[in-house]
Amino acid sequence: MPIKVVSAGLATTVQDLGRPGYYHLGIPLSGGMDRFALRAANMLVGNDEGAAVLEAVFMGPELEFTEDATIAVTGGELPPKVNGRPQESWTSFTVKTGDILSFDFLQSGARGYIAVSGGIDVPLALGSRSTYALGALGGHEGRPLAPGDELAVGNGAAATPSGRTIRPELRRSPGEDVVLRMIPDIYWHRITGASQQKFLDDTWKVAPEADRIGYRFRGGNSLEFVDREQPFGAGSDPSNIVDGCYPYGSIQVPGGTEPIVLHRDAVSGGGYFMVGTVISADMDLIGQLQPHTPARFQAVTMEEALTARQERKAMLQQARNDL
Amino acid sequence: MKTRYAFGGDEHIFAEVSEEMSLEAFFKSLSMTTTVSDRRINGVTEICPANASFQIKYDPDVISPNDLLAELKEIEAEASSTENRIDTRIIEVPVYYQDPWTHDTVMRFRDRHQDPDGTDLSYAARINGFDSVEDFIAAHHGAPWFVSMVGFVAGLPFMYQMVDRDRQIEVPKYLRPRTDTPKLTVGYGGCFSCIYSVRGAGGYQMFGITPMPIYDPAQEISHLKDFMVFFQPGDIVKFTPIDRETHDRIEQEVANGTYVPRVRPVTFSLDDFNRDIDAYNRKLMEVLNAD
Repeated sequence: MPIKVVSAGLATTVQDLGRPGYYHLGIPLSGGMDRFALRAANMLVGNDEGAAVLEAVFMGPELEFTEDATIAVTGGELPPKVNGRPQESWTSFTVKTGDILSFDFLQSGARGYIAVSGGIDVPLALGSRSTYALGALGGHEGRPLAPGDELAVGNGAAATPSGRTIRPELRRSPGEDVVLRMIPDIYWHRITGASQQKFLDDTWKVAPEADRIGYRFRGGNSLEFVDREQPFGAGSDPSNIVDGCYPYGSIQVPGGTEPIVLHRDAVSGGGYFMVGTVISADMDLIGQLQPHTPARFQAVTMEEALTARQERKAMLQQARNDL
Repeated sequence: MKTRYAFGGDEHIFAEVSEEMSLEAFFKSLSMTTTVSDRRINGVTEICPANASFQIKYDPDVISPNDLLAELKEIEAEASSTENRIDTRIIEVPVYYQDPWTHDTVMRFRDRHQDPDGTDLSYAARINGFDSVEDFIAAHHGAPWFVSMVGFVAGLPFMYQMVDRDRQIEVPKYLRPRTDTPKLTVGYGGCFSCIYSVRGAGGYQMFGITPMPIYDPAQEISHLKDFMVFFQPGDIVKFTPIDRETHDRIEQEVANGTYVPRVRPVTFSLDDFNRDIDAYNRKLMEVLNAD
């Protein structure tokens, strides 16, 4: 096997663009939380944009290569090193047989994407190589990497030179003032107008409970519900609904206290009301938020959401054109 | 019953068929999602029926949100005239009530429960007006259940009992969720039973355990070789109480690869069911136990 895992980082998983089509059975999309970074990493090493990569969170792994390869690391600023020598992130570089790829401490963002020419070759599970750890499905044995694991790499990537790069203005990092745009809807009407305004005005902070399933936020005002008699089957708390589906990016607020934004390994449904849904253009950004980061929610219209989506697509196209 | 539509960001439409749970609402959700699936609408990527609602995920680069919304409303208008009938299957699920494993977990998390001095079963029996735990268990497996949603985590069925509203069992969830639930626990929250497909956190009351696996990502278990998830929305489930000896025997058969769940095809008509629920359920049992 071309890659040996010397140390695994905190929760490094194999991810591609995900596993659509099984959400109705409780199997979520999974895949990279920052899809732009995942695609960019693959482009840089000459892979298909949806090839499987490693997603490292907060801390990089240490990997030994037993074959030559081209590497690119994108996403949060997780500085790569080869045999201890610093390498540029968002830029392709090569490793030789016997080289060790390791990482410095994370400097910004939350997740790094490590692409290897040829792509990480784990078996397809329901059409995807993404890891869904809660369901022990996909990736490397359905779980995050552990020391001693060995990973195969696919064939067929064109020989790619080092030094290919994504220009800095296309690299998105959370910055100081994090604004998550959302469309207020679904059960937005369940809270009072004053409470709706407070929800949008408040500054929230990412809680330590932030992972691939969802990001919890705290620090804002508790929500005030519009009075109603709870419908049959919904449960007694005013934040309860008859268990329904949860959109990716949906913002549920159990008990009206701490919003949770569901992400790629989302629980597919449950009994908590949702105030709205973060738009697709800002999902990558959530994947790069560290605990304690302040953030606000901003209400947008569908038109604004679709415009933002097109802007993200244009950035991706720009990256492709540059290469 | 008029569906309320909402946008879940730019990639989902969330449709609430009814605020409250009913078999009628579930049937409407199932019928509409089946039609969406049959129409193979370009751009639709996920079709998820739920208890009294459903959700469609789509690619807004392929189909505009408003066009999809208009099509769903058109489907709703047509659906109102269709018959509430589905071809489905009835499945026997053996349940070892009051088993030692969930009981051990029940006792470990007493501080998170409404009734720290009792058990989940004694509490559920009392607040639902049953004289004893045994009577409560008899009601739990006395009438079949509809799988009205599969989800939360991979392969977990939510089930709604096929009885009158006044015979529905209702129990709250734990005050604070547990950090552990044995795999294959038969749980209860609100008006829904569930079977935990994987070990993990949970808030539903715990009544027993089934030895019949329902999720196997490795697809090694004989009845999960074709597909890793056993249940689908629309399945009918009959719980059958078993003792320790039967539990252990089934577990051994599963390990040997010889266990075959009892599953029979059946056509379900909501209108016939509503005309005489108990008689209809007896007929369903005849289908299940015919051979």
